[in-house]
Parts: sequence; structure tokens; C-alpha cells
Amino acid sequence: MEYATLLQLLDSTLRLATPLLLACLAGLFSERSGIFDIGLEGKMLAAAMASGAVAFLTGSVWLGLLAGIGASLIFALIHGVASITFRGNQLISGVALNFLASGITVLVAQRMFGQGGRTPPLSGDARFNPVTLPFAEALKEVPILGPLYFEVISGHSLLVYVAIAMVPLSWWVLNRTRFGLRLRAVGENPAAVDTAGVSVVGMRFAAVAITGVLCGLAGAYMATALQAGFGREMTAGRGYIALAALIFAKWRPVAALWACLLFGFFQALALRPDVVQAVVQVKVPVPFLDALPYILTVIVLAGFIGKAIPPRAGGEPYVKER
Amino acid sequence: MDRLPRWADVVLVPVISLLLAAIISALVLLAIGQSPVEAFNVMVEGALGSAYGWGYTLYYTTSFIFTGLAVTVAFHAGLFNIGGEGQAQLGALGVALVCLSLDWPHWTLALAAATVGAAVFGAAWAALPAYLQAKRGSHIVITTIMFNYIAAALLVYLLVDVLRPTGQMDPASARFPEGAHLPALNEIPLVNLIFTKPVPANVTLIIALGMAVVVWAILWRTRLGYQIRAFGKSESAARYAGINPVFIIMVAMLMSGGLAGMMSVNNVMGEAERLLQNSSEGAGFIGIAVALMGRNHPLGVVLAALLFGFLYQGGAELGLWTSIPIEMRIVVQGLVILFTGALDVMVRMLLTRIFGLFRSQKLGAA
Repeated sequence: MEYATLLQLLDSTLRLATPLLLACLAGLFSERSGIFDIGLEGKMLAAAMASGAVAFLTGSVWLGLLAGIGASLIFALIHGVASITFRGNQLISGVALNFLASGITVLVAQRMFGQGGRTPPLSGDARFNPVTLPFAEALKEVPILGPLYFEVISGHSLLVYVAIAMVPLSWWVLNRTRFGLRLRAVGENPAAVDTAGVSVVGMRFAAVAITGVLCGLAGAYMATALQAGFGREMTAGRGYIALAALIFAKWRPVAALWACLLFGFFQALALRPDVVQAVVQVKVPVPFLDALPYILTVIVLAGFIGKAIPPRAGGEPYVKER
Repeated sequence: MDRLPRWADVVLVPVISLLLAAIISALVLLAIGQSPVEAFNVMVEGALGSAYGWGYTLYYTTSFIFTGLAVTVAFHAGLFNIGGEGQAQLGALGVALVCLSLDWPHWTLALAAATVGAAVFGAAWAALPAYLQAKRGSHIVITTIMFNYIAAALLVYLLVDVLRPTGQMDPASARFPEGAHLPALNEIPLVNLIFTKPVPANVTLIIALGMAVVVWAILWRTRLGYQIRAFGKSESAARYAGINPVFIIMVAMLMSGGLAGMMSVNNVMGEAERLLQNSSEGAGFIGIAVALMGRNHPLGVVLAALLFGFLYQGGAELGLWTSIPIEMRIVVQGLVILFTGALDVMVRMLLTRIFGLFRSQKLGAA
């Protein structure tokens, strides 16, 4: 394989890994606090629609981003009310919200724009445009590293860098702050946290809200950076791949980055079957590449690559007194 | 907290949940500038207003009975099988392989063989997640979601590269032989006096109703069913009573996967008569809503499947005759799952409070 092709692959890996990473970190906060969330997909979809629509109407991608975060937060809040306040089944609530988002985004987009459930194409300031990092042009001629810096690392939209910055930030919040300690404790042993006088409900709602914001970023990235506008079902199962990455990463932020880059790499490969064929010398069916993240996750779940142990109180509503 | 009377828990809770979902749906319609009353009329007229409409409603109902029963059986064992969609797609593969394997002399033979094929393939697709749950503690919800995607990819591959006849453009299998044609309701003597126009509902409906009875009998009239329900209620108690957890998880999931697979007899053999991509069209997921709405009882599942059959056919009519997008039915589906499955505690709290009011009034009067 030529170096240029490799760079192209890595470039699209980074682009495709970004929504996975944001959604994965989103799920991480929720699940570390003991709230399972299989509704990442729905929140991303809602955010993509809202950001695409508002960015088109106002011409400002920033307002679009805000709208995306808002839409995602509404869905996160419903999930919180159902699973924290009313102690409902968290898995079922997530499934329900995914369906709700899948239908309502098309309904609203169709009502607003009448273009078959999509938002009109975005351009100019209504999108997150590529950012050229400092010295990228100047260093382009440096052998090997120059093109790597220019092609792969530089030239992405702002949200790609935000997503990567979120990894150390999430690590720091979870492992080095009081809030993070309490959040993890609420997911492992809520009764102990309650005894210490910290509100379990409050902590869990805070975690679910963070999930909402991060999913909002992921959805807005889909509609305003990766693509130019919202299309129906545009998240195409990314919320579930992010969930898979979360398990693969065993609920840890830094490992989540590697997992998402790996799954992003598979997605990039699935777009270039010709490259795969040239490298392995066998015709690999594209559906197999599509299915790889899911197959890997099952293998991880089966415990063949270390054991993935979820937060202990995950999925169980907290009842104060019995 | 006071307990609700049994009749209120069985009847009132689902009815009020449904009512809440309907109210929100109406608000959604108002928000997008449509009339809920007109939409409801179009749905009733299109789905229930004629024998032709019923022919479609019952067709969807048949599929939903199978997938609803699939979710129900797993639920009773304390397992949430989200993989009905993938199991149904594999079941569809089983149906197609059976139907294409030989030139069937009569549809009854083909139907029996295809039903077995569908159940075996569906059960096989549930077997690995079940085994991983039973033996290695891998969460069945996540593994079955993953298996849905793997199934979809597998079918894309098979339809494009293996099953597609040479010279055909669209990714689909060859057409099934004439002998594998199932009689639709308009082709059955006596019934065709009601259904005069060609409809997709077919004899599979009878199998679906039969399976509802079988599932009821297994769950409530056999030792196995008792073990499954005991295991679902309390794993530790069941274990202590000598019930083998691995066996129960495997059996419940194989039954669940088999039922989900069997739905493909209805749509692949009864309607399309060849294997298409995404043949189950989300019916596997609707099974979740149907099971929740039907309170995990086969009779409830049949009624809920009819309701969702109406919703699906009615939703299609909305897409045809009004400017309301067909996706409205996904919104309603999501709302029903939300209210019956996740916010049921809210409804129950509300009802308990109302009942409490009545009770204290009675005490006051006495």
C-alpha cells in the first residue's frame, strides 16, 4: 500500500471516529453513574436534525450546535425522568427514545423543509469548516512526518479536536475531581454515597445531562461537519457502535479513544474495499468489514480479550428505603 | 404504598399508558400542523374500514404475534431479547433455503418444512448470545443488538454474492417455486367470501394463533414453564430450588429466537415469495412494544399485535392519503414502548394515588 493511501485512510479514520468518540464518552458518563443508556443513537439523531435545521435557518453553525445540544438534552432528560425519577427499565426507555427520535426527526424536518425528511444542504458559516493547524503548510515538505501532519492531523473541523480534547478532560473529571469520584461511586454503590449525604438522584441527573451534551456534540458534528445537513437515519447505528466501543474500552476514557479509532478505522476500510483487497490479496466482502466492530465486541463480551465488567449498580434504579 | 386491585393492574395500567401515548401522538400531530381527528379517521378507514384493509392489518398482526411472543418468552426468564430483528432475518434465510431446496408438491408440506427451517435458523442465531449470557455472563441485551447488525451484514453478503441468481440486478434470491405458494385469505374457500380482493394476510395467521396457545401452555401448564417463570422472578431462589440456570437461559432464548424466526414464514413465504434485503422491516423491534403492551401474556400479545397491525396499516394509509409522513407510526411505537415499558411506574403511582383517594373517602363516609 502506498503511503498516500495510508494517509487517506487514517484521515478518514479520524473523521469517522469523532462521532463515535463523542457518543462513547457520553455513554461513559451515564453508565459510570449507573444509568445504562442504549439511547445514544436517538440523542445523536435528534441533535443532528436540530443542528442541521437551525444552522440552515440562522446561517450560524454555532446556533446550530446549541440547538443540537438542546435537542439531545431533552431526550437525555426524558431518559432521566423515566429511569431515575420513576425507576423505570433503563434499557426499555433507551429503546423507546431511539424509536421516538427516529420518527420525530423525519416528521419535523419534513414539516419545516418539505424535502422528504432532510434538511437543506449547508454551506459557508452554517458548517464547521476544516481548520488548518499552524505550520501545516510549511511542514508539508518534510518527509514522512510532514504529510502525516498535513493530511491526517491538520485540516479537520473544530469538533474533531474538541472530541480528542474531551478524552483527557473526561479522564481528569472522572479520576481527579470530587465530582468524578462521587459519580463513579454512585455507579458502584449508591447506598454508600447516599449515606455520605450526597444526592444519588442529583448525581445521576448530572451524569445524564453530560451524556446529553456530548451526544449533542456528536449529532451536530454529523450534520454540520461530517456531512452538510441532516438526512433521515443519518447516524446509521453509530450510537450502537459507540456502545460497543464503550464495552471494548471497559468504561475507561483513554481506552475509549483507542476503541473508537479502531472502529473508525474499520468504517474507513469499509469505504475502500479496493485497498483492503490489495493488502490482503483476497476479496473481502464489504459487509464483513461493516460487521467487524460488532463481531469484535461480541468476542470482547465473551471475555476472550480480558473481562469487561460494567459498573456494579448499572441498570438498577436506586430505592432510598425499603 | 397501597397495592392496586388486580383488575386495575391488568387492564387499567396498559389502557392508561396507551391513552397517554395517544395524547402525546395527537400533540405531535398538532405540532406539525396536522389534524389528529382526521389522521385517526384515515387510519381507521384504511386499516379497519374494509375487508381489504383488514387483509393488511391481519398480515402485520401475524408477524407481530410471532415477534411479540418471542420477546414474551425471554421476558419470563428475565431476559430482554432485543435481537428479534436479527433472528427474524436469519429465520427468513431458513425459509428461503427450504423453499428453494426442492420443487414442493404441495404448500402444506412446504409450510411445515419452512416453519421448521425458520425456527431452527432463528433459534440458532439466538443460541450464541444465550450461551454467552449463560456461561460467560455477557449481557444479552448488548450481544443481541450486535447480532442484529451482524445478521444484517450477513444477509447483505448472501443476497449480493451467493443467493442472487446470475443476471439479476437487485439483491434478492430467486423466486420460490409455485408449490411453495401459501394461500392468502382471499384464496381460502369460504374465507374468500369476505376477502374478495388479493390481500397479503395468509394461512400463517393460523400458525401464529396456534403458537400463542402453545406458548401459553408451555409457560403456565408445564414444569419447564414453571421453571422459566421462577428463574425470571428470582434467579437465586430458582438456583436454590435446583433449577439449572444455564439450561433455562438456553431453552428460553432458543424458544424466543425460534418464534422470532417463524415470523418470516409470514412475510417471506406468504407475501414476497423470495428473500429480500431487510425482509423483517423492523417487526422484530415491534415485538418489544407488543410484549410490553400485552403485559407478557399470550392473549395480551395477540390483542396488542392486532393494535400494532392496525397502527402499521393505518400509518401506511396516512403516508398514502395525507401529508403526514409514514414515520408517524415509529413515533407512536416509541411512545407506546416508553409509556408501557419505562414509565409504567409513573402510571401505577398515579392510579394508586387516585384509588387511595376513593378509599379514604369511603372510610370517611363510614
